[in-house]
Amino acid sequence: MSTSVSNPSRTSALPRITSPWRSVGAVVCLFWLVMAVIGPWLAPHDVGQVVSDDIFGPLSAQYPLGTDYMGRDMLSRMLVAARYTVGLALVAALLSSMIGTFIALAAAVSPRWLEDGICRLMDALIAIPSKMLALVIVAGFGSSVPLLIITAIIGYAPGAFRIAYSLAASLYTMEYVQVAQTRGESRLYIALREMLPNMLNPVLADLGLRFVFIVLLLSGLSFLGLGVQPPDADLGSLVRENIGGLSQGAAALIAPALAIGTLTVGVNLLIDRISSHRNGR
Amino acid sequence: MTELLHVKNLRVNARGGAGEIEIVRNVSFSLGKGEVLALIGESGSGKTTIALSLLGYARHGCRIAGGEIWVDGTDVLSLDDKTLQQWRGHRIAYIAQSAAAAFNPSKRLLDQVIESALLHGVGSRAELERKAVELFRDLALPNPETIGQRYPHQVSGGQLQRLMAAMALIADPLLVILDEPTTALDVTTQVEVLQTFRDAVKRRNATAVYVSHDLAVVAQMADHIVVLNGGEIREHNRTERILHHADDAYTRSLLGAARPHGKPKAVTRLPAEAEPLLSIKGLIAGYGKPDSLGLPASRILEDIELELRPGQAIGIIGESGSGKSTLARVVAGLLPAARGKVRFRGEELPGQLSQRSAEQFRRIQLVFQNADTALNPMHTVGTLLGRPLKAYFGLTGKAQRQRVLELLDQVRLPHTLIDRKPGALSGGQKQRVNLARALAAKPDLILCDEVTSALDTVVGAAILDLLAELRRELGLAYLFISHDISSVRALCDDVVVMYQGHQVQTGSTSALLEPPAHPYTDLLVRSVPELRQGWLEENRDLARLELPALDDYQDNGELCTFLDRCPKRINGLCNSTAPGRKTLSSGSVTLCHLDEEAMLPLLPVLAQPSAQEPRLYKVNG
Repeated sequence: MSTSVSNPSRTSALPRITSPWRSVGAVVCLFWLVMAVIGPWLAPHDVGQVVSDDIFGPLSAQYPLGTDYMGRDMLSRMLVAARYTVGLALVAALLSSMIGTFIALAAAVSPRWLEDGICRLMDALIAIPSKMLALVIVAGFGSSVPLLIITAIIGYAPGAFRIAYSLAASLYTMEYVQVAQTRGESRLYIALREMLPNMLNPVLADLGLRFVFIVLLLSGLSFLGLGVQPPDADLGSLVRENIGGLSQGAAALIAPALAIGTLTVGVNLLIDRISSHRNGR
Repeated sequence: MTELLHVKNLRVNARGGAGEIEIVRNVSFSLGKGEVLALIGESGSGKTTIALSLLGYARHGCRIAGGEIWVDGTDVLSLDDKTLQQWRGHRIAYIAQSAAAAFNPSKRLLDQVIESALLHGVGSRAELERKAVELFRDLALPNPETIGQRYPHQVSGGQLQRLMAAMALIADPLLVILDEPTTALDVTTQVEVLQTFRDAVKRRNATAVYVSHDLAVVAQMADHIVVLNGGEIREHNRTERILHHADDAYTRSLLGAARPHGKPKAVTRLPAEAEPLLSIKGLIAGYGKPDSLGLPASRILEDIELELRPGQAIGIIGESGSGKSTLARVVAGLLPAARGKVRFRGEELPGQLSQRSAEQFRRIQLVFQNADTALNPMHTVGTLLGRPLKAYFGLTGKAQRQRVLELLDQVRLPHTLIDRKPGALSGGQKQRVNLARALAAKPDLILCDEVTSALDTVVGAAILDLLAELRRELGLAYLFISHDISSVRALCDDVVVMYQGHQVQTGSTSALLEPPAHPYTDLLVRSVPELRQGWLEENRDLARLELPALDDYQDNGELCTFLDRCPKRINGLCNSTAPGRKTLSSGSVTLCHLDEEAMLPLLPVLAQPSAQEPRLYKVNG
């Protein structure tokens, strides 16, 4: 009976992710951010230049990622596409999540009538299919990068709002929020300091999902000729345009698919890392 | 007496961050047939873990690491899963704390009561149903023949707890384990349930292990007490020996915390003419849509009158659902009053938060029951305490930190906690931070909503002492909401007794807790178990009050709310006219038809029912 009492610690029973893996997400995300910035300058060929007679060419020293369905250099196309995907999709995803979350917070601390008004408006926006909405907007105003971002936000911010609002509405009834109210705190303080930190983890997880949806939306639009305009392309449209190489296992198809995969996994790993860091692990 | 249960060197481990932690260490005890043993200790002492291991069960993340548990000559820990399944619910039965969570809401009670016995093949359905009805009668359930046809939501919490006991007893188990079976119940209900449990156990000569944190309850139920702390046995002895001659220092500290905290403290009385800090007149409040008269659909508070002078502490007591917390919410400004005036420092207190002044916010502070939900888990202690300092006094930087440290001193917390988040604090520490946040405002009035209810007895007693000390040092006034009469007695000068939103009695603490009193106050005060053996026998009539018969009547919402439970109700008066407020010779004000003599203690009246005809009190006007 001489063993010393060790306090039951609060750590979970699950084994921790070992340390090299913990920074993988950050490394992958950093890599893609750098590529988005400097990629186009690294490209050995022009993005639209047909460099080879060989379509769906294999990996070679000359064309490190092979050639695409028209015999263009895949590496150059990927480097350009990365900028569009990372820039467009990431920015659009971040903005939709932020806008959705802030409208949700505003609704939760608003008077009843305003809260109901905002909710109905968002419900109406959710009811519009995002692709249909994008088609109408692009058809009406033409295609440009800012417009594509706005389109993605209109399509995906209402979904982010729904999730954030359900979190905010339940947090608003918490006792610490009531304590802040009886201290005479402003609605802004309650929303940003009392509620936001407690809903950030699920909102971040939702951001990861939204990013993937937006990549899919953009590639769908590009396929219809309404997204990024040729000869430029984003990663999603690279997959689509090279789908013919599927039977041959062409590098032109696999490379952009892998790129989307690593980017998505990287973003989500980073988000998980941030969440668990916030939980104090 | 033959030995039925023998536990030898029991060890239970929990998986932790770094390997395993022993949460039960070398626990040994034994129990004779027909005896009741109590496992007592604070939360985290391992009492429930031990109780569950008697079933051969360890909670998720725990495992039984060693030892033997012999029940009627069989080592439960050596049984295989299949045999163990046969034992559970048949030879060894378990009654959990929350019956509401243990019953399936979509099945009839009778089917659930006999279900496990039927599975174990104890008897045929008809036999078991007959036996269940017999048990219902034993457990003093109303309409024993038909109550089994109801669903769980159609019976009260106390009845459900007794039905759970029926479920456990129906297979005539060798050993019954009761895990805090009355902790979730109101004190008046607790007496009934304890009474029936005790009778049922005695009559069947059952052997039972009773898990509880409440020494006064255990004193009524158990022959032996095992005192646990940190997974180890501190003391194991017969109940009377533990109560009167405890050997262990820890046991004595538990006893000290469980005893009523001395006499009501004589606080320096402020002159009566001192202007009241808070005065409430004719308050009506509730929830739901207002009707054409502006009264809410569901009225929670009815005609509340209250006056609180600076530095005074008023206790608000009542069962759950009596409207205590709603009263605090109205004063705090979280719920606007439908009728009536609330005045604070001579000024009318607006019902809406937005109309209140910064000074009013500062001077009234609300402390919630549960520090887990009242403290933002994402903020550090420094932020939690710093924010009110900035909001009320504009303190920032060094000056703010200095004041936060002073506040930590005031609530007796070490300075090192300043950078911790609530998740890294113990329950008692959290409640102290919760209190410090209110003190940061230098308030005149603190609304304490059940501040000690979620805490262990010893920790709760320390918080009470702290509240009393702060009141002396800082001249604070408290509105102290609690269902625990002894903590109100320890802290408060005056008490308000609430029943279903009505203020049934108001007066000084000492006057209120002595007769004559409103029949409900009387029942409430007498239902608190005393820390001595035999209390339950002496007060057995409390559980089976004979209610005078009433003619049919129409309740227009004006009649006394306690009418359907009142042992002293008067046919023709209580069921026809609304009671009025009147002042007793002790100075307390009650809402009742009875006159003072009729309000004398319940039990003597019951003992000699025809001793005197209750005299009618002349209704005003």
